[in-house]
Amino acid sequence: MKQKHLIEIAVALMLARWKQTLVATIGVTFSIALFISLLGFMEGLNQLLDGLVLNRTPHIRLFNDIQPSKIQPIDLSEQYQNYHNFISSVKPVNTRKEIYNAQQIIHKLKNDKRVFGVAPKITAQVFYNLGNIDLNGIINGVDAEKEAKLFAFSDYVIKGNYRELETISNSIILGQGAADVMNAKIGDIITVTTTEGEQFSLKVIGFFQSGMAEIDKIQSFASLTTTQKLLGEDSNYISDIQIKLKDLNKAPALAIEFEDFFKINAEDIQTANAQFETGSGVRSIISYAVGITLLIVSGFGIYNILNMLIYEKMDTIAILKATGYAGNDVKKIFISISLSIGVAGALAGVFFGILLSAIIDAIPFSSPSIPNVTTYPIDYGIQYYLIAIIFAMVTTFLAGWMPAKKASKVDPVLIIRGK
Amino acid sequence: MENSTVLEARGICKSFYNPVKIDVLKDVSFKLKRGEYASIIGRSGSGKSTLLYILSTMDTDFTGKLLIDGIDLHYKSEKELAAIRNAKIGFVFQFHYLLNEFTAIRNVMLPGFKLNKVSEEELESKAYEYLKDLGIENLAHKMAYKLSGGEKQRVAIARAMINDPLIIMCDEPTGNLDSKNADIVFNIFKELTETFNKTLLVVTHDLIFAEKTGRIIELDDGRIIRE
Repeated sequence: MKQKHLIEIAVALMLARWKQTLVATIGVTFSIALFISLLGFMEGLNQLLDGLVLNRTPHIRLFNDIQPSKIQPIDLSEQYQNYHNFISSVKPVNTRKEIYNAQQIIHKLKNDKRVFGVAPKITAQVFYNLGNIDLNGIINGVDAEKEAKLFAFSDYVIKGNYRELETISNSIILGQGAADVMNAKIGDIITVTTTEGEQFSLKVIGFFQSGMAEIDKIQSFASLTTTQKLLGEDSNYISDIQIKLKDLNKAPALAIEFEDFFKINAEDIQTANAQFETGSGVRSIISYAVGITLLIVSGFGIYNILNMLIYEKMDTIAILKATGYAGNDVKKIFISISLSIGVAGALAGVFFGILLSAIIDAIPFSSPSIPNVTTYPIDYGIQYYLIAIIFAMVTTFLAGWMPAKKASKVDPVLIIRGK
Repeated sequence: MENSTVLEARGICKSFYNPVKIDVLKDVSFKLKRGEYASIIGRSGSGKSTLLYILSTMDTDFTGKLLIDGIDLHYKSEKELAAIRNAKIGFVFQFHYLLNEFTAIRNVMLPGFKLNKVSEEELESKAYEYLKDLGIENLAHKMAYKLSGGEKQRVAIARAMINDPLIIMCDEPTGNLDSKNADIVFNIFKELTETFNKTLLVVTHDLIFAEKTGRIIELDDGRIIRE
């Protein structure tokens, strides 16, 4: 028995009921197109929202935490060595926030193959002086070039050129919120007071907007040297080392390794931003559930139409069986009808899915918190197309299987004698 | 091969349970030799159609022994029975039963696709030859549903012939035809037995038709009462 002839019969049956076949195919097309565009859109949004935080957050942050020493003098005493010692209200001593041997650590990390890039950072507590009023502030001393390369710094500098941080001495990029309060314009000189009580004049060369108002009200950026000057420290002073990895998922393991190796505190992105992962995960699950429901519903459509086809074509099935076609051949015919509906629907669905995604991608969308986005985000990941196609094949196969089985069991004697 | 037995029924019994047991066939035994033209007659409900469908291998729910071409058909799987039906038995039904989605010649070729012994081109020329023998070669490429009753029945006969079967079974082949077409069909059958040496088994209640066949098996109440 040649498959070709079974397919010829299948095609003839489909053509005989081409309207129903078309409706079933459109059902599959519709569900696949929606599945693809829905998931692409949802994932695009997820990436955008996660990117708000994750792109700007180092995968691992090395710093000296302020905490009381784990070993207290009594633990060293020989006399009380074997006792349980309880000390309440232990206070940290005057630990420095500086990272010792920062340059060597950075050098070592740069040669690590798992590390994508390293950027040093200094945080300095300051007050922005505004006449008689002092506003709380934090100045981040950064290496502007590295910050732009690793943490998309340039996306968030909405006015001015971030490169001028390095070329203009005593310059500052103000948070948009702080700038609004201070009524500062580019080129203005503002005064800040350090926690040590010293006053500095800094030139505003740009504004920065992260999308989170609380951060924009407080944080500003300056170059490493400017910040070191503010703090009255030498040019080796660094309080944070920010690491971007090649593989984000290795962050927790590597954080532990670096902590041991450099005898320093390390915090990974997963620990620091656990809530973002959860949010994206739940959104993905919801959109997959909706998408898969669509595909299953279209499977029921195919099931119905094939069932109807079988009732209408009982005579044909009976005559095929009477002339020597086995139940299995009949089953193959109906499964190939179902699969052709699936394949045609899937191909058309992928086409319309891309089209729909492109349309969503072109709809203007702007939000003050996401300055570099102008249209709705879409993720064109190949995985959605593959999942949609595979799932469509499986549902149409199953939807065809049950009616096909029924068709293969048709008793030709009943049909032929029943007339 | 001349006069060898192609079909043998030994003590075939069949009962329906609906809701009480009714014996439809009671110990039916007979043999058909190659080239025989036999008809089964009987009143309505005498079990003649039931017998035919048992002999055709489509109805497997019976007791007794059925041999086609010396092969015992008991305990054969559905797939094996289908293959036997395909290669050794041709069918002509009362209601023509062509596939309306295909042309006449495609309908004729259908059992040949399943047998898959010759190429499609060969099969097509063979089908065309049969149509020509039956005088309807000009209808070969017409869709089946556009044919008249007599034409359809002739296409069905060509289809029954395509795999060169041992035996052709017919269930009231002339029941739906006028006397002119019935005569044509009868003559075709006669020719099949005489020139092609086929075995024919026809179920009919048309006594005039049956009288003209070589052998009459009369059933009444599930038993053979006359041969």
